[in-house]
Amino acid sequence: MTEMVYGSSPAAVREPVLPRWWRTIDKWSLTSVFVLFGIGLLLGLAASVPLASRNGLEPYFYVQKQAIFGIMGLSVMVGVSMLSPAIVRRLGIVGFAAALVMVMLLPLVGQDHGKGAVRWLSLGGFSLQPSEFLKPGFVIVTAWLIAAAQDINGPPGRLISFGLMTFVVGFLALQPDFGQSALVVFAWGVIYFVGGASIVLILGIGGLVGLAGFIAYGASEHFARRIDGFLSPDVDPRTQLGYAANAIQEGGFFGVGVGEGQVKWSLPDAHTDFIIAVAAEEYGLILVLMILGLFGVVVVRSLMRLMSENDPFTRLAGSGLACVFGVQAMINMGVAVRLLPAKGMTLPFVSYGGSSLIAAGLTVGMLLALTRSRPRDRMAELFGRRR
Amino acid sequence: MRTPLRPLTRILLARQRGENPDLIERENLDRRHEVLREKTQVRASARLGLLALAFGCAYVTIGVRMGHLAASVPVEPVASARGAEIVAQRADIVDREGRILATNMTTHALYAHPKDMVDPKGTAKKLAEIFPDLDAAALERRFTDGRSFVWVRKVLSPEQMQLVHEIGDPGLLFGPREMRLYPNGTLAAHVLGGYSFGAEGVHSAEVIGTAGVEKAMDARLRDPAEGGEPLELSLDLSVQATVEEVLAGGIAMMNAKGGTAILMDVHTGEVLAMASAPTFDPNDRPTPLVDKNAEPADSPLFNRGVQGVYELGSTFKIFAVAQAMELGLVNPNTMVDANAPMTWGKHKIKEFEGHNYGPLLSVSDVIAKSSNVGTAHIALMVGPLRQQAFLKSLGFFEPTPLELIEAPGAKPLIPKRWPEIVTITTSYGHGMSASPMHLAAAYTAIANGGIYIKPTLLKQTGPAKGVRVMSEKVAAESRKMLRRVVTDGTASYGEVEGYEVAGKTGTADKPKKSGGYYKNKVINTFASMFPASAPRYVLIVTLDEPINTLGSIPRRTAGWTAVPVAAEMIRRVAPLLGLRPKVELANQPTLTAAKN
Repeated sequence: MTEMVYGSSPAAVREPVLPRWWRTIDKWSLTSVFVLFGIGLLLGLAASVPLASRNGLEPYFYVQKQAIFGIMGLSVMVGVSMLSPAIVRRLGIVGFAAALVMVMLLPLVGQDHGKGAVRWLSLGGFSLQPSEFLKPGFVIVTAWLIAAAQDINGPPGRLISFGLMTFVVGFLALQPDFGQSALVVFAWGVIYFVGGASIVLILGIGGLVGLAGFIAYGASEHFARRIDGFLSPDVDPRTQLGYAANAIQEGGFFGVGVGEGQVKWSLPDAHTDFIIAVAAEEYGLILVLMILGLFGVVVVRSLMRLMSENDPFTRLAGSGLACVFGVQAMINMGVAVRLLPAKGMTLPFVSYGGSSLIAAGLTVGMLLALTRSRPRDRMAELFGRRR
Repeated sequence: MRTPLRPLTRILLARQRGENPDLIERENLDRRHEVLREKTQVRASARLGLLALAFGCAYVTIGVRMGHLAASVPVEPVASARGAEIVAQRADIVDREGRILATNMTTHALYAHPKDMVDPKGTAKKLAEIFPDLDAAALERRFTDGRSFVWVRKVLSPEQMQLVHEIGDPGLLFGPREMRLYPNGTLAAHVLGGYSFGAEGVHSAEVIGTAGVEKAMDARLRDPAEGGEPLELSLDLSVQATVEEVLAGGIAMMNAKGGTAILMDVHTGEVLAMASAPTFDPNDRPTPLVDKNAEPADSPLFNRGVQGVYELGSTFKIFAVAQAMELGLVNPNTMVDANAPMTWGKHKIKEFEGHNYGPLLSVSDVIAKSSNVGTAHIALMVGPLRQQAFLKSLGFFEPTPLELIEAPGAKPLIPKRWPEIVTITTSYGHGMSASPMHLAAAYTAIANGGIYIKPTLLKQTGPAKGVRVMSEKVAAESRKMLRRVVTDGTASYGEVEGYEVAGKTGTADKPKKSGGYYKNKVINTFASMFPASAPRYVLIVTLDEPINTLGSIPRRTAGWTAVPVAAEMIRRVAPLLGLRPKVELANQPTLTAAKN
């Protein structure tokens, strides 16, 4: 009777936040990410010591730093994973705008960390790599635009997002950062592909990307040297690749033993781009396969879960995020085994790096939020999630 | 067919019933969305599955590749010059008996990774102490200017390597490589030439020839298809050593600036010995002269036998005589005009020291006494065109085809125009210049019965095929004349008992760079062959600016300088070549059988 008079009480049907989160989250992926971070810390104990000694710091300085960033990154991940797709979308769009402004400011106020590229923004004792944050934001915006385009009388989202991609890639190439540019193009391609691009168009874009690579090869010495190094049949033992290949061979199946590895002393990027070489040398193939497996679980499980998702935005954004995350890991490890040309790319959660960790936390947090199991189809309509 | 969102029949019905017709539009829109969504859902889930599969495959590929790498044995990384691999193995060079002239030895190069250096300054100082030719300050600069790789030494001796080890700096590294070793030191230095490193890697270096046979035959020595089969030269190590020794002694005794000796087999064209003095050690090849005004012959690297292009003087006379005999113009006993001095236009042709052998001289005596005037008259009978053709057939117009990198560059100097005065001067070896190697090849034709064969430094299996340039009879007559030069002519010191030396002396004034000739600087040559009755070998000895001061007056003629040196050479070399001396057995006591 009271209900008839005063209307239904709105909050009563709500389930408490944490139990619902735990019930709906992809626990396999979540666990995998935590384990990956643990492995990263473990490897950091070996890989970042030479860097610390080079910089005159106490041996485990970078491990402690990594632990702090890790806690931040994982908190961000868990926090973001509790958001609803709509909030994720809003957060992503705002984040993208902020990151884009920062990337655009880079040529004016950016810093070069000694690698021939202006990628860093200094924020009072804390260096930030805005392009790391740009990627998840870009995925969300692209997914939003393309999902909107699927609606009847929707905006020309594909065209707009393509223009946006060109714009972003232009600024990234300016740094120059061809790795991130390639990731952005790849993310857009994946979303477009899942969003129903015609196969002919996909092939055409593939051709264009190849052409762009060809032009970059001619125009940039930095880029050309790496490709040449990849195409030459022998690997120069004094290059990072030579050391990495040697480390994997030295490690064999069970590794040379904790702390016994040598490659970390020779490779300047042992704690970031070539962390997998350190893993292979000290712990052997076992750990490498485990890392691969963990990444595989996150990516493949997320994509499988998205297969039954019927909200276009969630599906597109989720697949974009999962693929960016997965392909980054794939490139990092593919380079170490010389399946891919040398390209500096961090291994998410495992490599050392504050920006990289927090950005990865953000990416996977969004991915987890989007892959949470929720009512589908008619049921969703009944629960009023539509419009 | 297009289905309208607002079907008129339903709208009208709804209006009649007083319902909101917009709801019908909404409902239709929703339905259409539903269909679309269903469609995209199916397509998207298929494509997502494809993506998941692609990622799975990529990860598995990486895993397999990792496993493959982990399972492979770590090999020492190979230094790679981009593209071609370095072929380290270079074939040995051996003499005709298989004795080693050049081989390879493993050594180490010293290089540095300055970034790994503990104490660049101290290391640079210690290195400079070990290698006095290194400058500590310059080395330190190279170690500290930020480069990651520095070559320090290309080759280390074991002792030096030990000393570098003892410095103990982790930034100093050794790169194994092969180096070329010439175990006989200076022996046959000009033939062998020398080596240097081409493409250098940390783990090996390419050895390439820089001169002589090493460079001329570089491709053959490095050809993997040869399977390291040694290159057999025509040289005979012991003969070469003897020739060098006698030449060096002769140069010292005759106060010469330098000299050369060439010993050639007259049937195969093989050069059995080729020496040039002063010489050098190919293991430590001196740097070429950089001064532009310096004469190339002043460098020990200069191979006088091939690169030295000289006016060879009277040794040429036999060619004029042989050709005249071949053409039937003269025979050894024909008397020719030898009245000196001879006037030709504004030129005066004189004999040595103003002699006059005229008025008439037999052709045989023209050679024995080395008459310029007599030869000039014989050459005029032959004429310029036929003379040029004959000299050309003897190889005087082209560089020698010897397997030395220096050979093609040593072109004979031929007068541009060939008037009769050039015919006259060329007949006694002035006005055109050629190398001693040219002379050896031309004398070979006389020695072997009239066939010109190309000289070679590579071991031959049998007699060479050549071109006949004169009849056997003319060659034999020429040899008789050359024998007379030794028995009762200008080369009396050339007699070596039992070996019947025949030959011709040549004394030529050295041309000045500015034009004209030096008064007191001569090139002395003795072109010889032995044994005269059936020659097996030709020997050319040339001395640069010799003076024989052993007699009462200083003498500069070949008979006093080059001839005794050549004679000593033949005396010592002939037994090594297996030639039996022909000893007259005239006064041997008869043995009587003792009875009882």
